[in-house]
Amino acid sequence: MNLQNILHEIEQVDGEVYDRLKHVTRRHMFSSITKKALSVAAPAVMATALNKAYAQSGSTVTDVLNFALTLEYLEAEFYNRGLAAGGLIPAQYRDLFDQIRKHEDAHVALLKGALGSAAVAKPNFDFTAKGTFPTVFTNFQTFSAVAQAFEDTGVRAYKGQAANLMSNDAVLTIALQIHSVEARHAARVRMLNNAKGWIVGMEGFPGAVYAGEQAAREREVNVAGLTGQTEMKISEAFDEPLTKEQVLAIATPFIA
Amino acid sequence: MKNFFGKKSAPVNPGSVLPVLPFSMNRRLFLQWAGMTSAAGVLLSSCKNDMLGPDGAARTGIGADVDVNLGSGDVGILNYAYALEQLEATFYERVVANPYSGMSAMERSILMDIRDHEVAHREFFKAALGSAAIPSLAIDFPGVNFNSRDSILQTARTFEDLGVAAYNGAGQLLSDMRNLNTAGKIVSVEARHAAIIRELISPNSRAFAGDDVVDPASGLDKAMKPGEVAPAAQTFIKQGLIASNLPTM
Repeated sequence: MNLQNILHEIEQVDGEVYDRLKHVTRRHMFSSITKKALSVAAPAVMATALNKAYAQSGSTVTDVLNFALTLEYLEAEFYNRGLAAGGLIPAQYRDLFDQIRKHEDAHVALLKGALGSAAVAKPNFDFTAKGTFPTVFTNFQTFSAVAQAFEDTGVRAYKGQAANLMSNDAVLTIALQIHSVEARHAARVRMLNNAKGWIVGMEGFPGAVYAGEQAAREREVNVAGLTGQTEMKISEAFDEPLTKEQVLAIATPFIA
Repeated sequence: MKNFFGKKSAPVNPGSVLPVLPFSMNRRLFLQWAGMTSAAGVLLSSCKNDMLGPDGAARTGIGADVDVNLGSGDVGILNYAYALEQLEATFYERVVANPYSGMSAMERSILMDIRDHEVAHREFFKAALGSAAIPSLAIDFPGVNFNSRDSILQTARTFEDLGVAAYNGAGQLLSDMRNLNTAGKIVSVEARHAAIIRELISPNSRAFAGDDVVDPASGLDKAMKPGEVAPAAQTFIKQGLIASNLPTM
């Protein structure tokens, strides 16, 4: 993505962008632009937020976005291949998976565009996870179970990275806007598997996807005690994060 | 002081110690904030609350004619979330207590779960904010027909989508990483609710993450600032919500 074009786009909504670039701190610049441009030029804003200093390989924000891009590559290819597999997805569920595919494709495009030359390449995937799910593209139950694992992992992965994006308001907000879409997907796919839309304790498969989800206290507040609800119920009300390392351990078997 | 109804305000000041969530508004900043309100009674009553300790007993008698000041900084954002959770929890408590005709067993189970989650969120914020918490709000639902499935599910969808957008927009306004992490744990549960309610309205469609709420080009959910969300929430809250001291960037 060409920086000049991006600046030109932003100039359409923020006529003072060049002044801001010269005279204000980077954080201030991004915040100011975000207020005006977030809804109309999200990819452009995000790309700008990553220009020069941020786009250097090894910066925290770039690392987080490349981590996110890798997960989005995984999800996007999974749904594209699932939808292309004849006889896999029953007719009544094609719309819902096509909607999810559309979003994952959009997330890949958004992140790739923002990262520009700093974007990691798409890995080759093995959706059988080295033979663990041999029927992933021939049996709908298997496909749907793997979809749930990917979506719930995606929710937890973005959540775990939010704090690493606090230095950049524009990128943080966009990450949150992806995070909640993954949660919508997860809830819908869970229903296909006769599960509740929300995560109950650490129920679910594979176990690593749900590790730690049973937490019933938030910030040391004993919410079960306050409400008279069970700890299992409280665990539903708060989704828990995963670390990058936990997510990579889940995703690695799917990388050929 | 400006508020959404332009009422003359008698703000309830939430400044006090937080027993659980340390926050960045120290006494000096608080005094600055209190001074900016140019209402001497605010400062006096807050000092009194401080002296009385964290039980907040001094702030009794909050009536429907008194405005509620959400406050500033992270505490203000957490109070803003607490107000939205009060709204949602009260709504689902009434839905479950007065089930609409024809509520299926599955719908009842889902609505009871969501009620429990929203009550958990509400009670969490109340406890975490301690004496800095805004009071319990006087809430009603004008125009909502609790005997109508359509009315209830449409209202639920509105609240859940609004909650998602509110948390998404508030994340960047928080300065304490721990508060951001907590908001993240809640917003995805709100998004799950939104998807399931939408599924009840339009089964086996794209509506759970429909183009009306997730931009099809970018794949992004909505993010709304408090200044956009508060007026929508205000419709259901009898007190005037004063959001003008919340951070804007």
